[in-house]
Amino acid sequence: MILRRFLEAPDWRGWLFLAMLATAAVLVPVLNVLVPPSSPFHVTTATVALWGKYLCFALLALSLDLVWGYCGILSLGHGAFFALGGYAMGMYLMRQIGTRGGYAHPILPDFMMFLNWKELPWYWYGFNHFPYAALMIVLVPGVLAFVFGWFAFRSRVTGVYLSIITQALTFALMLAFFRNDFGFGGNNGLTDFYDLLGYSVRAPETRAVLFALSAVALMLGYLVAQAVVRSKAGKVLIAIRDEESRTRFLGYRVESYKTCVFTLSACMAGVAGALYVPQVGIINPSEFHPANSIEVVIWVAVGGRGTLVGAALGGVLVNYAKTIFTGGTVVQYWVIGAAAVVVLGAVAIRWREALYGAALGATVAYAGWLLLGTLLPPDRLGLLAYWPALLMALAGVAWLILERPWPFGALLGVVLVALFRTPFVGVTLALYWLFVLGAIFILVTIFLPRGVLGLLPGRRDTPIPDAGAPARTAPEAHVPNAALRGRGERVPQPAE
Amino acid sequence: MPAHPVIAKPRQITQSLLYLDGVTVSFDGFRALDNLALDISHGEMRAIIGPNGAGKTTMMDVVTGKTRPDEGEVLFDNGTVDLTTEDEAAIAQLGIGRKFQKPTVFENHTVEDNVLLALKGHRGVRKTLFWRPNGDAERIGEILETIGLQSHRRRLAGALSHGQKQWLEVGMLIAQDPKLLLVDEPVAGMTDAETRTTAELLKDIARSHTVVVVEHDMEFVRMLGVKVTVLHEGSVLAEGSIDEVSANERVIEVYLGR
Repeated sequence: MILRRFLEAPDWRGWLFLAMLATAAVLVPVLNVLVPPSSPFHVTTATVALWGKYLCFALLALSLDLVWGYCGILSLGHGAFFALGGYAMGMYLMRQIGTRGGYAHPILPDFMMFLNWKELPWYWYGFNHFPYAALMIVLVPGVLAFVFGWFAFRSRVTGVYLSIITQALTFALMLAFFRNDFGFGGNNGLTDFYDLLGYSVRAPETRAVLFALSAVALMLGYLVAQAVVRSKAGKVLIAIRDEESRTRFLGYRVESYKTCVFTLSACMAGVAGALYVPQVGIINPSEFHPANSIEVVIWVAVGGRGTLVGAALGGVLVNYAKTIFTGGTVVQYWVIGAAAVVVLGAVAIRWREALYGAALGATVAYAGWLLLGTLLPPDRLGLLAYWPALLMALAGVAWLILERPWPFGALLGVVLVALFRTPFVGVTLALYWLFVLGAIFILVTIFLPRGVLGLLPGRRDTPIPDAGAPARTAPEAHVPNAALRGRGERVPQPAE
Repeated sequence: MPAHPVIAKPRQITQSLLYLDGVTVSFDGFRALDNLALDISHGEMRAIIGPNGAGKTTMMDVVTGKTRPDEGEVLFDNGTVDLTTEDEAAIAQLGIGRKFQKPTVFENHTVEDNVLLALKGHRGVRKTLFWRPNGDAERIGEILETIGLQSHRRRLAGALSHGQKQWLEVGMLIAQDPKLLLVDEPVAGMTDAETRTTAELLKDIARSHTVVVVEHDMEFVRMLGVKVTVLHEGSVLAEGSIDEVSANERVIEVYLGR
């Protein structure tokens, strides 16, 4: 599969992705605005807003994939650029409120009136003009990324250290934006928007257009990122990702490449944030929370790192799962879980052994179910909930340790039983979302290092070595020349 | 020593392509290089040998900008450039290419892309972003022919055998077309036949380039048939033809036997 790679040819997944987005950009607004609500084809405004939000997240994921998947910069602070773009848009929207605010001041937003401020801080100047705000949406994240990258990459901060300082960056920004005297609405952030370019942000038509714009932005983002990674510069980025010092010795200024791609990526994230804010109607400092940025990494990992399309797909998939999960019930959770296991099953090798495992898992789960059901006192029946989870964990561990397909089958069996027997219908699982997210991340890292997209047939842009497998085999391992074997015992030296 | 006479400007310290003098590098008190002096003329091919820890790789690190010397002069191109003040990328752009001891190719790139990345040309972001393949394919084809990897052109470099990776790295050096090639253990892990081919390849390259080869393998150095510098404990122990240094008692003492 790796050998069938041709960098030059256009990628069918890319075309499919663009075609789907273009269709959605046209079809969804039409179905929302022009088709009457009574029609079964009508798409509700809530759905439009929700999927518009997913598209913004997809663009954010895409921007992270550009730096992480192609240049090896694991930014754990990309949410900061997203939030800055969002704040720039929010400032514009705040200035459009005018006298409709609670204090009815023509210039000062409500929160400034509340703080008894007499005049607009200088950094709010100009945000009443959309072109200025639009410029700032790209410029503020871009400049921050450039300055940050300039110092970090020139000092050759790489790997975990870089990830940590990107976390520190977003954390510091979060603390700053939480402060009232920072001038961005503190804890409450910016909200209660009315108009965007004269159109009400609450009108279904505006929502539909914002959805279409998000789709277009994602398409453009994809095309730009695609052009970058397909160019010779893109090859240099991959070279930097895989062998940074070797790339230096070829004469490439690694820090310049990193700074450029990091800045471009931050600008894209800023645009995503700017489109996100009018669709959700609020921007507050929690968008800077370090956990948000880590979540973005999970989206990319789930979708498929170093594929662009996969990152966008992961952004949509994981957030869709999150919506169902935080608003849904256990039944839906099991459906998702079962679907995930079946997808993983697609990569499992030997089906027959997996089938025996499934029988075993189902039997154990069902027997245990009946047994526990009779043994547990009626008021503790809730504990049954942990039973499938426990079995699944055991099967998962067995799978990991034994590297055999049958524990996978057992997992499937447990899921099937749990699907039909679960007592949890109606219980909201919002609290468990983060655990599930973590589990998804771990599972994907171990079993699907190439992400969901890696399951599809076809070419891979950038084959990533399987997780855990050494990137290179030791040269000493296959030295045929007898004269060279004596060199096996090397004295440790500082430089060699 | 077939040094090309170079018309030197009066104030130049040296007419050599590479000139090291009094170079000292310490790691936590261990002197990896101790007052090392080395003089490589234009067009010369030089083999550098020495036991483990003699400072061969550290010497290359100093020349390519990876390691800054504590003391000493490292001058390039008739003494016009002080290499101790430049970083790796600048030194590479000046025309010093390096092949690492462990074959280091870009495993996720095809063989031809590996050569393309090494190919002499602009290294800036803007130029590579808007790069168009103008005649690069033919040049890459020539290089792949030289190193015998033409049929592997579209394979991933990671899928090559160990010896093929070594050659690919040599090919990348040729593509860079540097003034000076530093080749660190080019035949490590190669079969006898591969070693002979590599020796021929390097001799071929040396016709148009200045080459410094670091090797352990005395047989291979003998095949090259060039002037040899023996390093020991970070400084030069002996210099001369392979037969001369093999006959040198101190060399025999520290290197060949004990």
